Amino acid sequence: MAERSRRRVLITGIAGVLASRLATRLAADDGVGYVAGVDLREPPEDLDGVEFIRADLRSPLVAKVVESTQVDTIVHLHVVATPRAAGGRARMKEHNIIGTMQLLGAAQRAPALRKVVVTSTTAVYGSSPNDPALFKESAAPDTGHPDGYGKDAVEVESYARAFGRRREDVTLTILRFAELVGPRVDTPLTRYLALPVVPTVLGYDPRLQLCHEDDAVAVLERAVHGDHHGTTNVAGSGIVYLSQAVRIAGRVPVPVTMPFAHGIASVVRRAQVDLGPEQLPLLMYGRVGDITRLRERFGYAPAYTTREALVDFLTRREVAPVLDPGRVARVERRLHALLARPAKETTP
Amino acid sequence: MTGRPDAEVIDLDPQRRRGARDAHSPAEDPDGPDSPGDRAPPAGGLRGDVDGAVEAALAFLRRRITGDYPIDRFGFDRELTEQVILPLARPLYQRYWRVRTTGMEHVPAEGGALVVANHSGTLPFDAVMTKVALYDDHPAHRHLRELAADLALRLPFAGPLARKTGSTLAHGEDARRLLADGELVGVWPEGFKGAGKLYRDRYKLQRFGRGGFVGVALRAQVPIIPVAIVGAEEIYPMLGNVRWLARLLGFPYFPVTAQFPLLGPLGIVPLPSKWVIDFGPPIDTAGYGPEAADDPMCVFELTDRVRDTIQQMLYRNLTARRSLFS
Repeated sequence: MAERSRRRVLITGIAGVLASRLATRLAADDGVGYVAGVDLREPPEDLDGVEFIRADLRSPLVAKVVESTQVDTIVHLHVVATPRAAGGRARMKEHNIIGTMQLLGAAQRAPALRKVVVTSTTAVYGSSPNDPALFKESAAPDTGHPDGYGKDAVEVESYARAFGRRREDVTLTILRFAELVGPRVDTPLTRYLALPVVPTVLGYDPRLQLCHEDDAVAVLERAVHGDHHGTTNVAGSGIVYLSQAVRIAGRVPVPVTMPFAHGIASVVRRAQVDLGPEQLPLLMYGRVGDITRLRERFGYAPAYTTREALVDFLTRREVAPVLDPGRVARVERRLHALLARPAKETTP
Repeated sequence: MTGRPDAEVIDLDPQRRRGARDAHSPAEDPDGPDSPGDRAPPAGGLRGDVDGAVEAALAFLRRRITGDYPIDRFGFDRELTEQVILPLARPLYQRYWRVRTTGMEHVPAEGGALVVANHSGTLPFDAVMTKVALYDDHPAHRHLRELAADLALRLPFAGPLARKTGSTLAHGEDARRLLADGELVGVWPEGFKGAGKLYRDRYKLQRFGRGGFVGVALRAQVPIIPVAIVGAEEIYPMLGNVRWLARLLGFPYFPVTAQFPLLGPLGIVPLPSKWVIDFGPPIDTAGYGPEAADDPMCVFELTDRVRDTIQQMLYRNLTARRSLFS
C-alpha cells in the first residue's frame, strides 16, 4: 500500500490498557503507517512500533504534537474514571475536561485530520428508577448528574459534538462503553467485585451490563478503520443482576440499608476501590444500554456476553471465590445421596 | 376449574419446562437455559417422583447459589418466576379466589399481543392473578410482561421482585421492543385511578390515560386483547381515601378499607371473593396500519373502542355472577 494512503494515528491516554492494546494492534496493521501515543505516564510495557510522546494534555503543547505528527486519526482515550489514580477528583476533572478541550482545539486547526474517535461511557444516561429498561443512543444524557465520571463524560461529549459541528469534514465517532471488565483492565467495578465481602444496598438488585476489554479494543479498531459517524453504545450482550454477579464471583454479599450506604461507600472508596457515593444509583437501579446500533450500524457482534465477560475476568485474574462453586456442587451431591437413600428404601 | 392435583409441590422438572421455554425464548441473552449437568434426567438406578424432585430441587438451589441462571435483558428471571413465584401465587389463584378464566382461546399461542385489562383492588393482585392465569390455563404457558407504574419498580424488595417476574416500566420504546420480541405485554390503563377507586364506583372504568398503549400496539402491529377482571374490586372494599396522608407518604392513595385500618396489620388479608378473568376477542390493529399511531383521532377512537369493549365485558360477567363469594 502506498505510504501516503496509510493512516497516521494519534492515541491519547496510551498508558491505559485499552489504548496500549489498540496501539499494538494498529502498529502491526499494514494499513496504518504511523502510531503515536500521548500520555503523562509511560505505557506499562514497551510498545513496538509505537512512538511514545510524553505530554500533558492540559497544556497547549498538545497542538504542537498534533501538528508535528501530521496525524489523520485521533483516538481520545484519555478520559479518566478513577479519582484516586488521577490524584484526586479535581485533577481528574482537569484531565478530562481541559485535556479534551485542548486536544479538540488542536484538532480543529489540523488540516490533515480526517477522523476523531472519542471514548465515553453509558454512565451518561445515569441510573434512576424512572429509566427505560434499555437506553438507546438517542436518550438525552442525564443533566442532573452528581459530580463524577458520568458528568465529565457528558461534558466531553458536548465538546466533541461542538468540534464535530465546526469540522464537518471530520468523521466523529463517540463510543459509549459500558462498565469494562477483563484480565488486564482495572476499573472501580472490577475492584468492587473482587472484594471478599461485597457491600450491596439492601432491597435493591440492579441489572449490570459489562463490556469485555477484547470487545472494546475490537470496536476501537473498527472505529479507526471504518466510517462510523455518530454515537454508539458498546457492551456485551445480555445482563447479570448484581446479586447474580456476586454469586458467580463466589463473593459474600453484605446488604447495607440505605442510610448507611453512603458511609459504607466512602469507606469502600478509601479502601482503594474508587467506587464512591455518586455511584450508588448504579448499584441500586443499574443501567443497560441498547446495543442494536452496535450490531446493525456499526456491524459488530460482541464476542462476550456480560456473563462471559465477568467469568473471563474472574478466571483470568484468578479471583478465587470465597464461596467455591465446586464445594457447592459437592455439598449438593452429598445432600442428594443423604435424601435419596430413604426414598429408595421406600420404593418397592 | 383447572384440575390440578391438590398435593402439587414446587414443579422443578427442567425437561418439561424446557419444551415450553424453547418454543418462545425471546431473550437476546445467548446463554443457554440449562447448564449441561442439569439437562440429563436423573441417573439410572434412581426411581420415584420424590427422588427426581429432590435432585431437581438441589440442582435449582445450586444454580441459584452459583448465579448460574439466565436473565433476559429486561431483567426477567424465568426460572425464579416459574419455580418460586408462580407456585406461591397459585394457592391464591386456585383456592382463595377460585379464579375462573374464560376466553383463553383468544390469546395467541405465540407472538406479541397487548393484553389490556381493568384495574382494581387497591393492591395489584389482579395483575398477579392474570399472570398466573396466562401461565397455568393457557396451553402454551405464556408469561405476561406487565408494564408497571414507576412506584412499583421504585420500592425496595418489591421493585427488583417485580422486575424479575417480568415487569418493566411503561416506556413506549421498551414496550415496542417486548412486543417485537414476541412477548405478551400487559397494561392496566386505569392505573392508580382504577386501583384506588372507591367501592361505590366499582366496575366503572376510569379514564384510560392518553391512549399510549394503543399507540404502542399500532406501532408494533400486534392485536389488542381486552380483558375483564371481576372479583378484584371486592378484595379490599375501599370506603375512603385519606388524601393528606397519601400526599405526606408519597402514595397515590391511602386507603380506608373494610379491613384496614380497623383490623390493624390484619387488614392486609384480602376478602375471598370469587374471581372471573374473561379474555375477549382480539382487536386487530393491522387494519389501521402503524402510521395510525401518529393520528390522534385514530388513537382516540381505538382507545374508546377498547374501553367500551372491556366495560361491556364487565357488565356481562357481573350480571352472570350469582354472588360475590361463590
